Amino acid sequence: MYRIESKIDTSSQEFRDNRAAMEAKVTELKARVQAVKQGGPPHAHQAHASRNKLFVRERLKQLFDPGSPFLEFSQLAAWDLYDNQAPSAGMVTGVGVVHGREVLVVAHDATVKGGTYFPMTIKKHLRAQEIAMQNRLPCVYLVDSGGIFLPYQSETFPDRDHFGRIFFNQARMSAEGIPQISVVLGSSTAGGAYQPAMSDEVVIVRKQGYIYIGGPPLVKAATGEVVTDEDLGGADVHARISGVADHYAHNEEHAFEITRNILENLSPASPFALARSQPEAPYYDPAELHGVIPADIRKPFDIREVIARLVDGSRFQEFKELYGPTLVCGFARIMGYPVGILGNNGVLFSESAVKGAHFINLCTIRKIPLIFLQNITGFIVGKEYEHGGIARNGAKLVHAVANANVPKFTVIVGGSYGAGNYGMCGRGYDPRLLWMWPNGRISVMGGEQAADVLATVRKRSLEKQGKEVSEKELKAFREEILAQYEHEASPYYSSARIWDDGIIDPADTRNVLGLGIAMSLNAPIPDQKFGVFRM
Amino acid sequence: MPSIKKVLIANRGEIAVRVIRACRELGITTVAVYSEVDQKALHVLEADEAAAIGAAAPAESYLNIEKIIAAAQERQCDAIHPGYGFLSENAGFARRCREAGIIFIGPTPEAMALVGDKLTARKTMREAGVPVTPGVALHTHDQDEIAKLAESIGYPVMIKASAGGGGKGMRIVRQVADLQSAIEAGQREALSAFGNDTVYMEKYLENPRHVEFQVLADQHGNIVHLFERECSIQRRHQKIIEETPSPALNAALRDEMGATACRVMEAVDYTNAGTVEFLLDQEKNYYFLEVNARIQVEHPITELVTGVDLVKQQIRIAEGQPLGIRQEDLRQQGHALECRIYAEDPENSFFPSLGKLNFVKIPQGPGIRCDSGIYSGMEVTMFYDPILAKLVVWAENRPDAIRKMCTALSDYVILGIKTPIPFLSDLLQHPEFVAGHLHTGFIDAYFRDWKPADGAVLREIALIAAAYAAGQKQRDVPHSGGPSVAPSPWQTVGEWEILSG
Repeated sequence: MYRIESKIDTSSQEFRDNRAAMEAKVTELKARVQAVKQGGPPHAHQAHASRNKLFVRERLKQLFDPGSPFLEFSQLAAWDLYDNQAPSAGMVTGVGVVHGREVLVVAHDATVKGGTYFPMTIKKHLRAQEIAMQNRLPCVYLVDSGGIFLPYQSETFPDRDHFGRIFFNQARMSAEGIPQISVVLGSSTAGGAYQPAMSDEVVIVRKQGYIYIGGPPLVKAATGEVVTDEDLGGADVHARISGVADHYAHNEEHAFEITRNILENLSPASPFALARSQPEAPYYDPAELHGVIPADIRKPFDIREVIARLVDGSRFQEFKELYGPTLVCGFARIMGYPVGILGNNGVLFSESAVKGAHFINLCTIRKIPLIFLQNITGFIVGKEYEHGGIARNGAKLVHAVANANVPKFTVIVGGSYGAGNYGMCGRGYDPRLLWMWPNGRISVMGGEQAADVLATVRKRSLEKQGKEVSEKELKAFREEILAQYEHEASPYYSSARIWDDGIIDPADTRNVLGLGIAMSLNAPIPDQKFGVFRM
Repeated sequence: MPSIKKVLIANRGEIAVRVIRACRELGITTVAVYSEVDQKALHVLEADEAAAIGAAAPAESYLNIEKIIAAAQERQCDAIHPGYGFLSENAGFARRCREAGIIFIGPTPEAMALVGDKLTARKTMREAGVPVTPGVALHTHDQDEIAKLAESIGYPVMIKASAGGGGKGMRIVRQVADLQSAIEAGQREALSAFGNDTVYMEKYLENPRHVEFQVLADQHGNIVHLFERECSIQRRHQKIIEETPSPALNAALRDEMGATACRVMEAVDYTNAGTVEFLLDQEKNYYFLEVNARIQVEHPITELVTGVDLVKQQIRIAEGQPLGIRQEDLRQQGHALECRIYAEDPENSFFPSLGKLNFVKIPQGPGIRCDSGIYSGMEVTMFYDPILAKLVVWAENRPDAIRKMCTALSDYVILGIKTPIPFLSDLLQHPEFVAGHLHTGFIDAYFRDWKPADGAVLREIALIAAAYAAGQKQRDVPHSGGPSVAPSPWQTVGEWEILSG
């Protein structure tokens, strides 16, 4: 494969300005992530430590192989929600390595409101389980939760994707042979009691882990019976009397040893045999991505400059280079794994859309994972293009993306607007993982266009009612819309609501993709099947 | 005159490969024999045919006369080449070949018997006017008498088994107090090795040189010597570096000793290739030591300086052809050196080092010859002599030959077991070696506690890393549809988290 020739001058003022702008964003991001990684407030940490309990991140260190990577999801879930009472939605999820094998972990952070479930906690938990299901990763639940955060019960309890779905998923995964392991390190109350109860194997820590359908206060209220935590549902009760727990641990360290032993004895992973080459670092330094992206989001940039800083040896085998040039397609390798990459170089025309569909078809037939690099304002509009069938051609791309059975990974490296988000494998199209860069923007259309459209509609509707509307009023209205879009298109707004799996430093993109592809190969790549392409 | 068409080689390792090569050049078909553990040995792969002759223990295979004779008859061989070691100096085997109508490529059993017993040989030589070291056979077990005999010879004395060569059964005694235990140990060893507990006591020469003469004698009374080989560099009485010409001889002494060697062979009616060994003391007195009635390990250095192929000569002589060489035609041209590459650890008293040869790279270049019995992937087992190969170089003069050998040794790669390569390289560069001041106690005097220089260890680490990388590269060649073998990023990325950097 030929190496991409970068046209960027890394010593130019423009590069330095871009880099300064991106690094300011990355610095802000790091500060925010560092803040949420602290979990709950200091008094909650003190209370937690006084019970000789380890902080959730210490627990993960004990569980995973030393010196191994941890790919964390949804770090900024619930950011700026619930009066910022729930950093990281009170839970850590991610994929780490135990005895050389990738394992998905869902771990409560009891320093955040006792590890209770806010609406976004449930969404985060379900998203983690979805990742486990799609990629066939054994699940380890580090249980330390008081159950649902009662003030938000209506948004957490009854619907399909609410609390009950967690146990549904456990049962379904267990049936599919995806191991479900719970480690009870604190309370596991009421509905929460089902989390260990629905697991294949359960570890419980002596005088620290408790499992009960109703806690002591509820028992007293219901029956008048007075009983301690320990006598109601402690480790001795469940390991010796009820049989709810299978492994009795003397302390947390012991519990993680047992858990590691359980995982060591699972039948070994047999990853899908994707033809692999010797991994090679990119020729162009991924750290240069900071200076490659223009500080002004409206300014276009060549997506090949991004690809050159992600792929092995910066080598790229471009497909249909001269046709539909606003969608760059081609083959490359990431950490030795073959990938098909689609990246935006402008608005999608009919030609770009059918080219993308063709390329996706190639990759799915060859069972090559797909990488989507989104920087997309949408599909082209206008009479000429409607007559040319842009809807039908765009539909081909969307159809191909939707049905592509290979592992898909999406990175929003710039804008993600309108149906472009769909054609480029947005959240609704089940990418295995979806990441955002801190400069990313996501909304149905750009703020300016939305403000123009809404102002026009408003003006017409008022005119129909025979009302005059002043320019000043219209301007104020437009500014209100602009401000709303500015706020809602932010990557933090997206990540808070788990529309993505996290905001990353662009320089980390290669690691995130490489680990993601390796993880995805725990599930076989099925044969390809498409529906009807509208021709 | 019988013409040899098919030869069975009753040996293994590098010498068997050497004989196969000579036979092939002469258009002779070869049959290798092998024991159970040698099924994949190089000599088996090189020969035209191969016959299994039994279990690993030498007595079951390479020393089993009847099995070897049966294999030769079954495959209709008209000759057997015994190589060195094993049955090469066994007169009984030579006789058994004759009875079976098979040509034994070597001396007659009669000559072999005459030179094979050290006591008989010394007696014969003394009678033929060949100088021998003062010494006596110990038929008695009377300690007082033995002590008196030792006194009359003069300390130090050497106690050795009466038959057989090499280092077996040899002991040096410097004072009367150590005499009895040395004799008893020598007797025990002689008995178990040769079935005869007679030992011989002779004057031990301090720091002598070991100088031997190569002789060829045909069945028509023609005899020539092919000059000397100096084999003074020995460890535990076994040669490890040999060279020719010897830095100790001048033309007159060389002629005198060569003529003496021919006289030795004439005295026993010797035919075929043989070697007459002498010890040369510091005053340049030489004493007959013994006759080696076989091709020698170190024969290639003679071949390089004389241009004569000794193994081919052996075969021609065995066929009954007259020697085509006259003494006056023979010249020593340039200088040749040989290093023996054993499977042994020079840092640990030259203890055998066994196991799989992960990688072997043989040095090549003008004037470099490597007689080798090994290849990458082969197993070195405990059953046999641990010689792996011989590295031989030729150059116009001694200093050039030493430099060439050092370069060749540094190009020689054997991974998987210990070899004396770094030791040999250090030895060759020792000022006393370079000056040609050699003697049989050289290693004890200068290399008793030898350790490799730090650089040698680093070099070894670099070699291992390179071999590993080469192996990795081979494995990681992309192949469609096959399972992925490169380690997963989950194993290679190391400690890492999003935004942790």
